[in-house]
Parts: sequence; C-alpha cells; structure tokens
Amino acid sequence: MNHSISLTVNGARRDFVLDDPRVTLLDLLRERLQLTGTKKGCDRGQCGACTILVDGKRINSCLALAISHDGADILTIEGVARGDQLHPVQAAFIAHDGFQCGFCTPGQIMSAIGMMQEAQAGNDPERIRECMSGNLCRCGAYAGIVDAVLEAQTGMDESNQRRSA
Amino acid sequence: MKPFDYIRPATVAEAVAAAVQPGAVYLAAGTNLLDLMKGGVSRPDRLVDVTHLDGLDGIETLADGSLRIGTLVSNADLAHDANFAKSYPAVAEALLSGASAQLRNAATVGGNLLQRTRCAYFYDTASRCNKREAGLGCDARDGENRTHAVLGWSESCIATHPSDFCVPLLALDAVVEIEGRNGRREIALDALHRLPANTPERESALEPGDLVVAVRLPPAARGFATHARYLKVRERTSYAFAVVSAAAALRIENGKVAEARLALGGVAAKPWRARAAEDVLKGVTPTADAFQEAAWRALTDAKPSGDNAFKIELARRIVVRALTLAAAGTPARIPALPASPFASTSGAIHA
Repeated sequence: MNHSISLTVNGARRDFVLDDPRVTLLDLLRERLQLTGTKKGCDRGQCGACTILVDGKRINSCLALAISHDGADILTIEGVARGDQLHPVQAAFIAHDGFQCGFCTPGQIMSAIGMMQEAQAGNDPERIRECMSGNLCRCGAYAGIVDAVLEAQTGMDESNQRRSA
Repeated sequence: MKPFDYIRPATVAEAVAAAVQPGAVYLAAGTNLLDLMKGGVSRPDRLVDVTHLDGLDGIETLADGSLRIGTLVSNADLAHDANFAKSYPAVAEALLSGASAQLRNAATVGGNLLQRTRCAYFYDTASRCNKREAGLGCDARDGENRTHAVLGWSESCIATHPSDFCVPLLALDAVVEIEGRNGRREIALDALHRLPANTPERESALEPGDLVVAVRLPPAARGFATHARYLKVRERTSYAFAVVSAAAALRIENGKVAEARLALGGVAAKPWRARAAEDVLKGVTPTADAFQEAAWRALTDAKPSGDNAFKIELARRIVVRALTLAAAGTPARIPALPASPFASTSGAIHA
C-alpha cells in the first residue's frame, strides 16, 4: 500500500509517495532528495552523524520513520547557511578546527544548533560537552568542537545583548 | 527489517482495536523499537502509530495535587519543564542522565517505561535468549554478564531493565494509566514490569492492545522535592546505560527522617524498590551509619548471576552516596553531569 506524506525540508514543501513504510527520514533525505550532508554512521542511534532538526528539535534521523513524521518541518545541514554566508556554528567549526575527516561534522553542527536553541548549556564547557555527548567523533576532534560551540554560543549571547541594548 | 503494515489511528479507541491483533505493536518515537527492528530482534507485522493522537502530550496538575504526564511527552520536554524539575528533581535528573540529547528529544514517557533490556544476548539474534524467544535458552548465564541482574533474576533470564526514568518514578509511587479493550484502568508502576521467573518473554502486566496513556505522580511525591537525588554509575560519564543507579528521596522534619524512599536501577528486570531500607530510615537521624544500615537492607537478597558480584557492593555504596546527597539537599540546579557520582556538589559529604 502506498502512503502519501508531505514535509517541509529546508523551507520548501516536499511531497512523497512511499511504497514501503520502512523508510527512515535519513534514507528519505539521502536517497530521495539527494541531501547527502546528513550522514549514515551507525544507523542505530548511537553516533549522532544523522542529526537533523525536526520541528526545531535535534533528533537522530536514522531512528525516525518518515511516514510517522508527515507534516514535519525539517532542517538539515544544507539549509543552515544563507547563500554563501555560513551559519555562525559552521564558521566557528572552521575557525577552531572542529573536525578532521569531517564525516561527523554535519551532525555535530546540527546538534550544536539544536543545543543552542535548547538553551540548557549556556557557555559552560562542561555542560556543552554533556549536551553534545550524542555526537561521536572518531578522529577525536572534541577539543576543537567544544571550542567552536563555545564561540558560537558566546557570539549569539553578545548579538542578543546588542539587539536588546 | 521485516516488512510491516503501518496504521495511523485517529483515536485511542481505534489504536487499541488495531493493536489487539497478533503481531501488532505500538509505535511512538521508535528510538528503541526501530533499533530492535533493524537488528531483527523485534519483527512486528503491524505498527500502530500513536504519535498523531490528540491529548496524550500534556503535563497537568490535577485538583488533588497529583501530576499527570501524558504518554507522548518527550523525555526532554518533561525534564526541562521548570515546574516539573522543581517539584520532582530526582526524576528530572534521571531523565537527563539517560541516552543523548537527540534521543531525549524524541523518546516518550510511555516508550521509556516499555523499553527493552540492553542484554547483548537479547540483541544478538545468533545467541540463545529466552526473552526473545521462549524456551530457547540463555547464553548470558555463561557469557559476558558483568552488568547483569543481582536481584530478582532466574535461571531463565538475568537481564536488567535499562530505564533511568522509572527508578525515581517508582520511589515516588508513580501510577500508570492504561487504555485497553475493556476501557481505562490503572496500576502501580511497581506492578507494570514483571520479574522473569520461568516466563521472561512476558515483561509487563500489559495485555494485547493495552496502551499506556499517562503516568501519574501522587500528591505526596512533591513532599520530597528538597531532598532528592538520582545517582548512576556508568562505564562512561555520559550517554551510557546504568551499571547500577539509585534514586533517594527524603522528607526531613526536625532533623529526623520522617519518610524515606529508595529505588535501584540496573540491578533487576524491573526498577527495584527497596522498602526494607526505607523502613529502617523512618524516624532516625540521617547519619552515615543509618545510610549504611539502609544500604545493607536494600541488598540483603542480592546474589551474583555471573561475574557481577561487584555490583552488589557498588549498589550499596551508590545507595549510601545517594542518601547522603539527598540529605545534604537537592542542588539549586541539576549538575552539569546529571546523576554522575563523580561530579562535585557543594555541601555533599562523600560516602
């Protein structure tokens, strides 16, 4: 039986017909939309490489059935920059060498963006490490990742202060 | 993954009717179920998706002072609800010590209660497991079993229940609301999960079609807000299941323990309430000696199921530490490393 679903992906509405309910959001993004920035690492919810935002919240797209998310608003790594202008978290990852091979990086960046929206960690490095523990980096670039997230968070705090001043 | 039919019911009644069929299971976030299906451990014929049902995602205070938590509230939304964290701090801390931020954003209250064991032999379909398939045998008995059960286990099964959330919920006398073929009923959380005995494949008191619709905390649960902690020993500081955990909650009046609550995690096929330890604390001055006595009472019936005798002593120590930290007072903010016994907390006497 075919199932029709529609999603908003990086701001654009997309309609799909699924001939099999087994497809995950991760596979839908990669195979149907060719949005291959979202990575398939473990495919079992253990590594965080597939992290995307669904209705503003970071989740593991490998453990989410597309059919169950009919109507959802999805943000992937392809949707965070504005044209050539990088998202502040992307820029901070470059500035702090927050990666080596780069495979985990889209998931790290999406997770960091989600984490900043959750506003639980602030600019406390220990809380940032804890709140980013769902994203593994096999190259061990954690020090740079935490520095990058800290800088992005601090930049956001300062920008908010300027706006409210 | 085995093919399945997908059903999206419009009402709870439709959901129950669809899930009564043999081979049907409920789908909430799927963070545990999809993992099990990908591994061939769970092979349902039909998924009944309850995530689009209305009215199951609220957190409400009832007239009598109870708190009712809808089954679809995410673990993160519950833990980050300011009123909830203030009134039930050990529950919030337990939630934040579980899984990762991504998983907590998706995972639901009902799904957390009904998550399956993390026993590696249950997960490995090439191994024998009585829980996965009745009568197959248990390869954990003679296998890598250092993290397995030390309480309530049987020759058929030595698996543990992995939930953190359930441990303080049990200590606070949580009640589970269930919608089934014969309408609404409720049971104590303590009666939801079953010990294995000779039927480890039967994990809960739920019947076919039963849907957990809410979890309720009784009015008395708020009385422990100022002296409550959850502590969890893991193989790594974050994003790992408990080797042993403990939820301790005290009501202290005039320097004495008016009432104590204690539950353990990671030690049995269900979250484990330690009532004998609670009894021994009633009316006493909260001292290290009293907490040691409580810890001995809590583990009186424990016995190793393999290479895990260390868990008994570890559990005693984590009980003493949790009680000590609870007596010192709930921290104003959940620590940076939730539930970690290695985190420093001002005012704490280290056990």
